[in-house]
Order: sequence, then structure tokens, then C-alpha cells
Amino acid sequence: MESVLEVKGLSAWFGGHQVLTDIRMDVGRNSVTSVMGPSGCGKSTFIRCLNRMHDLTPGFRSTGEILLDGVNIQSERIDPVNLRRRVGMVFQQPNPFPRMSVFENVAVGLKLNGKKLTRASIAETVEKSLHMAALWNEVKDHLDRPGLSLSGGQQQRLCIARALAVEPEILLMDEPCSALDPVSTAKIEELIEDLSERYTIVVVTHNMQQAARISDSVAFFLLGELIEMDKSGKIFTNPSDKRTEEYITGRFG
Amino acid sequence: METVSFRRKALDRCMKALFCVCAVLVILPLFVIFFDLVIKGAKELKPSLLIDLPHPVGEPGGGIANGIVGTIVITLLTMLWSVPTAVLCGIYLAEYGRGKFASAVRFAADTMTGVPSIIMGIFGYILLVVPMKRFSAWAGAAALSMIFIPVVVRTTEDMLRTVPHHVHEAALALGIERWKTILYIVVRTASSGILTGILLAMARILGETAPLLFTALGNQFWQTRLDQPIAAIPLQVFTYAISPYEDWHDKAWAGALVLIAMVLLISLTARFFGREKK
Ligand SMILES: Nc1ncnc2c1ncn2[C@@H]1O[C@H](COP(=O)(O)OP(=O)(O)OP(=O)(O)O)[C@@H](O)[C@H]1O
Ligand SMILES: [Mg+2]
Repeated sequence: MESVLEVKGLSAWFGGHQVLTDIRMDVGRNSVTSVMGPSGCGKSTFIRCLNRMHDLTPGFRSTGEILLDGVNIQSERIDPVNLRRRVGMVFQQPNPFPRMSVFENVAVGLKLNGKKLTRASIAETVEKSLHMAALWNEVKDHLDRPGLSLSGGQQQRLCIARALAVEPEILLMDEPCSALDPVSTAKIEELIEDLSERYTIVVVTHNMQQAARISDSVAFFLLGELIEMDKSGKIFTNPSDKRTEEYITGRFG
Repeated sequence: METVSFRRKALDRCMKALFCVCAVLVILPLFVIFFDLVIKGAKELKPSLLIDLPHPVGEPGGGIANGIVGTIVITLLTMLWSVPTAVLCGIYLAEYGRGKFASAVRFAADTMTGVPSIIMGIFGYILLVVPMKRFSAWAGAAALSMIFIPVVVRTTEDMLRTVPHHVHEAALALGIERWKTILYIVVRTASSGILTGILLAMARILGETAPLLFTALGNQFWQTRLDQPIAAIPLQVFTYAISPYEDWHDKAWAGALVLIAMVLLISLTARFFGREKK
């Protein structure tokens, strides 16, 4: 499979505290990669490196290369704004913009991205994005209601629609279901499977069944190191590292 | 056991009564002032007050129409440049202000808030009236800006700080530039709080007298030019109140009533925007 992301020797520090050590990983185009591991092992830190969300965190520092289509995004010359338009992100807590309607929440990225767009083309993209996020049927009659008036699961799908509206190539998701009930979780999982036909998805999850269901490959992190990465079928049935096995059998973490 | 709980209950009641009495003491002046003004100002509160120019002593009738317009003009003039300046400065402090310079700005703003307003008037006089060689609406507005800006700077900063960090992150993750994130999303999220702060500061400068004494000066007539002395309600109230004439005293009360009605209206608007959520 063709790699869209290649992480080569990524290390990261918050101040003097090293959080990631020499991470090496290839992510295939239009695949779903799950990132797993005990709390505090650096999963969030890792995926936030992929769209340079740490740029504004004082004291953060990283070394190594992250190649997106062969271009090192760690380089000073890369504009994080352009990068983030190609690499979207969905957060753990659903976070629609307060004081904005459902429609505005999805449209705002397009409107503020500086391209001249007609109202009609914005409306079209909003509808398309809400369809892709499997939310359209639930909100089509009240697009002008505040985004925050939706249920938690709907809010999370709204955030996915918002991320899709700017047409990224890669979607990063940091525990997108951990604040949701099982029904909403199932919907988002289904959505991830659908989206993987067109997008490359990297998702952090604590839920092994979920990782097994949705992902092509699974990466197992421990104390800031990538212990093992493999096809999800292999890692859950026959992991090559003992620590992975201990973690997935629940003897650990 | 029972005596203890009885004593505790009694103490609890006493303390509650004390808090309540203090709360009454706080709001009492507002009611006393308002009803006193209504009673004493009622005599002169007629349409001519709002539409006529002041008449000379002894001549019946006359109003404060030029003062009402003057107050509105000076207030709008002040806000015209103070609102953007103060809001942008508040944004700077909330979003970029980590260093020593920002602490200095914050300290200066806090100090300015405590400076007696007559000093702003003296500064307006020295900086604008003396070089321009005349009293003017401009000078009045400049003096009021020095009161308005520091207050709005700090309320804007405080309101922006209440916007959760995840709002910034969500916007940045969409590939929206930092300045657009701040201006179009973070400020918008805090907009009702910022607006409330602006309105309350506006109510405050509406009634300021001391800064206008040496700057706008006051005027018995209409004034259409901004570089000439201009009338204002507080100045008229002041002039009428210290005069020895009975009918001017009545006009002072009526003028004060108009002023407090304007302030009340603005405060109510501020409350309306402050309460609106989401
Ligand atoms: N902004 C920050 N400043 C300083 N240290 C941080 C910061 N963010 C994370 N860390 C530290 O980095 C380490 C890894 O955190 P990270 O959030 O990546 O873990 P995680 O694997 O996502 O955990 P969880 O499953 O609980 O979300 C932790 O030790 C944490 O204390
Ligand atoms: Mg995390």
C-alpha cells in the first residue's frame, strides 16, 4: 500500500519532559490506523504532531521527520495553516463553536479560508459535509438552531462535518467516541468506515473492540514509544511483542 | 445536641439577616436618588425641557435640548475611536499578552481606572485645549476616552479569557489563521460580554462632569462644529445647581433626571445583552 504519511524518528518534549521517543510509522493512503496504549503514553501528543497543533504550546519541542506525500511538515518553511487544511482534526470532547448555528459551524471554515465562494456553493458544501457525517437527515430542518443545542453524539458528527467541509486529505481523531453513548459510538464507527474510502484516518482509541472493528492497522504505544504496529487482525490475535499481548489481554495498564 | 443545633440555627439566621441588611443598604441609594429626582424634577419635566434651548434667568420655560444633543455627540465621538482601540488592546492582552510589556499595559490600565476624573479633564486641557487655543467637543471626547478605554480594555480581556481553549483549537485545526480565529470566532464567542462592558463604560462617561469642565466647557446655544465649546447635560446640571436662582435649581433636578434615565436605559440594554446566551 502507498504511504501518505511517513513518521521518521519523531521525538517530542514538553519542557524537559520527553513524551515521545523515536517514533517510526507509515500510514497508508485511505486506511484507518488506530493508536492505542495506556493513559499518558503520548497518543494525543503524537497525533497532534501530525497537524502541528503543538505550535502554540509554550515549551514544546520536537525532532525527527514527518513526511506528508514526501514533504517534511516539521520544516520551518511549512505553513501550519495550509497543513491543517489538509490534515483535519476531531477532538475528544465535541466542541461546536458557541453562538453559531449548525449551518455556520460547518460553513465557517470555508468562509474564513479566504477563498471567494458563492453562497450557493457554500450551502452545497455544507449539505454534502453533513451528508458525509451522517447528520443531514437529523438537522436538515433546523440548520439555524445553535450547534450546541444538538445532542452530544450529534455534536460530534457536526464536528466531523465541520472538519470535512474544508476537504482535508487526512482526518485525525482523538478518542472521538469517549464522551458518547453506545448508539452514537456505533454511528461514528460506521461513519469512519465509510469515510475511509476517501480519507486517510488516524484515530486514538482506548476501546480494543472498536480498534479491531474499524481499523486496518493498529499502533501500540507505551511510555512514549511505539512498541508495535501491524494489521489489526494480527495484533489482536498474535502480537509479536509481549507487552502488547499483556496490554490487550488486560494484564497491564 | 439539641441546644447546639438550636444555637447554630439562631446564628445562621442572624448572619443571613446581616447579609440581607447589607444588600438593602447597597440598593437603597439608587431608589432614594431616583424617587427624589422624580419628585423634584417633575416640576420642570415637560416637552420644552427636551426641545428648547436654555432661557436666561427669570424668563420662564427653556430646556436643555442642546445639552442632550451635546452629550450624545461627545459620547459617540468618544466611542468612535475608543471602542476599536480598547477592544483591540483587550484582544492583545488576552491573546498575545504574556510578556513584560503586556503586564505594564495591564498595570497602566488598572491605574488609569483609579485616577480621579478631574485629572483627565486637566490633561485634556493641557494636551488639546491649550495648543488648539479653544475649548471643544474634541477635547471633551479625548478626556472621556481616558476614562472609557482602560475600563473597556480590562473587561474585554476578562471576557475573552472566559472563552474555552477548545474553541481556539477547533478553529486552528480547521486551518483558520490565528488573527481570523481571534477576530471572527473567539471575539464572537465573547461578544455579548464585551458589548455589556462597552455599554456600562458608556453609561459611566455619559454622566462625567469633571473631565468636561476644562475641555468641552459647555454652551448656551446649539453648536454644530466639533472644534467649538459644546453643551452637555452634566455641565448644565452643574451650572444650574450652583446658581442662586430657584427656577434654575428646578432645571438642574430635571436635567439630572434625564441623565439618570439615559443611564438606566443603557444599563437595561447591557443587561439584556449580558443575559442572552449561546
Ligand atoms: N501541554 C502539556 N504540557 C506539559 N505536558 C504535557 C502537555 N500535554 C501532555 N503532556 C504530558 O505528556 C504526556 C503524554 O500525554 P498525552 O496527552 O499525549 O497522553 P495520552 O496517551 O493521550 O493519554 P490519554 O489516554 O489519557 O489521553 C503526559 O505525561 C502528559 O502529562
Ligand atoms: Mg489523549
